[in-house]
Amino acid sequence: MARSSYKVTTRTGASQIAALVAAVLLVAAIALPTFASRSLIQDMFFILTMLTLAQFWNLLAGYGGLVSVGQQAFVGFGAYMLFGGAILWGVDPVAGLLLAGVAALVLAVPTAFFAFRLHGAYFAIGTWVVAEVVRLSVAQWKAVGGGTGTSLPRDARDLMWGVQWIESAFEVRSSEARDILTYWLALALTVATIGGVYWFLRTKRGLALAALRDNVEAARSVGVDSERMKWIVFLVAAFGTGIAGALIFLQNGRISPDSAFSVIDWTAFVIFIVVIGGIGTIEGPIVGVLVFFALQTLLADYGSWYLMILGALGIAVMLFSPGGLWGIISDRTGLRLFPIQRRLERRDGLQQKEVEEERP
Amino acid sequence: MPAILSLKDVSKSFGALTVTDSVTFDVPEGQALGIIGPNGAGKSTLFNLITGNLSADKGRIEYDGRDVTKVPPMQRCLSGIGRSFQIPQPFDRLTVFETLLVSATHGRGAPEREVEDDCAAILERTELIGVANRPSGTLTLLQRKRLELARAMATRPKLLLLDEIAGGLTEGECIALVETIRAIHAEGVTIIWIEHVLHALTSVVERLLVLDFGKIIGIGDPDEIMASREVREIYLGIEI
Repeated sequence: MARSSYKVTTRTGASQIAALVAAVLLVAAIALPTFASRSLIQDMFFILTMLTLAQFWNLLAGYGGLVSVGQQAFVGFGAYMLFGGAILWGVDPVAGLLLAGVAALVLAVPTAFFAFRLHGAYFAIGTWVVAEVVRLSVAQWKAVGGGTGTSLPRDARDLMWGVQWIESAFEVRSSEARDILTYWLALALTVATIGGVYWFLRTKRGLALAALRDNVEAARSVGVDSERMKWIVFLVAAFGTGIAGALIFLQNGRISPDSAFSVIDWTAFVIFIVVIGGIGTIEGPIVGVLVFFALQTLLADYGSWYLMILGALGIAVMLFSPGGLWGIISDRTGLRLFPIQRRLERRDGLQQKEVEEERP
Repeated sequence: MPAILSLKDVSKSFGALTVTDSVTFDVPEGQALGIIGPNGAGKSTLFNLITGNLSADKGRIEYDGRDVTKVPPMQRCLSGIGRSFQIPQPFDRLTVFETLLVSATHGRGAPEREVEDDCAAILERTELIGVANRPSGTLTLLQRKRLELARAMATRPKLLLLDEIAGGLTEGECIALVETIRAIHAEGVTIIWIEHVLHALTSVVERLLVLDFGKIIGIGDPDEIMASREVREIYLGIEI
């Protein structure tokens, strides 16, 4: 009989090893500022923030089918809220990160209301238009420097929560202490993002999101509320993207509308990372960001050739391996670092035999 | 038996082309109704109107005593209308078991733990248990057809719409699938089944509806319908 003769599990051997490795890596990452150089900390900051942006874009496009090219709206708006908060109301920049997330979330509501009326390519263009509108509007905001931008006030920078403690604990100058602080914040954000996405995909709603990714019409026919899922994904992505954007410019210390709302930096590169790594998986963006960083380092001296090579590589992957690098790896090896697949297993262990008896 | 589904004067046009033309019929609860008709007769459109994937231009659709003409597909699924697609629409990267989990959790509004055993039971009945952990995109045609049936069953439908589920299968495969459908029907599930494989259809259904150019040209006892001259003309050349 069927009842109670089966159990459901998500664990795999590889995932348990991966969890162990991840724990070790996390401890090493937290301890990194005690032994690493400042430039390594800055590189790590870059990798972590790009990874966070990529995870959220992957959630949007890879799972939600929402191919947005306007995520720079939330990066820029979030970042400007942090600067505005610090300059106008003296909000501590660390608290300002939360303000940035909430601001991006608020911006996402009218954006979604407008953009969800559009589909496919029109949705993509619509989100880009929204981002441009926000950029042009923010450029009118004189208190934060209008079109030329501004710097974070010295007080906000040097008296930021945690900086003085790091200065004395590590015996470093305040600029270096800021790098360490923002690095830790980026690490926390990345871990929370990946953890959050992983948790979500293991819920009933996450399963529905994966079904929507594969086939919208069929998902609707079995009772999946596709509209609601789109809203959830879009708002969550905006919130996280806003925080990540604010953090990037907090570390930078300077902001301008062109840099904060750059479609190349905050959307094109992010899409590249997700596509190269493998869209629709948690592992994909992780692989992608490492490849992206390596390419950027290798090709740093080649100017516009760098962008052309990036583009060509992106197109090649889309044509020849739509699953990205992680797709190739997991197809060949069956490896899954984040086990979200629910496996049905017989309690008496006969499952394997049955599978083999079935015709391929 | 009261009617679980009732269409009253339902019409649907795409531009100048009328694909559903003043269709009126009832399906009593527990009945199995077959729908036949040439390609392009508007059979699948009729299904899409019943599930809500298309909205009717005119007329009224009642399900379970309620007017559902304007109710969105998701709500209709929750209230017990399940369907299979003519061309299988698997969730390619989800496994067979996960496909049923999505369907059961969202189609019934139940938590995962409560439906796991039932999903396993449906996989056993539809003979998919052996491929439970395989990605749906890797299945054979027969397995895909079975999965269409299993996924619809997982929502625990009161009314099950099957769209050419036997199409493209070999004789042996077809017989096995018909047995499964017959067993589901025997449990009291109302079935509406569009099918070109007539012997499969007539071995299950109690009533037959013939559609041509969007109009009902006959509805009633399968033997009588198949014997009528009009139907024979439409099906001329098709072996009965």
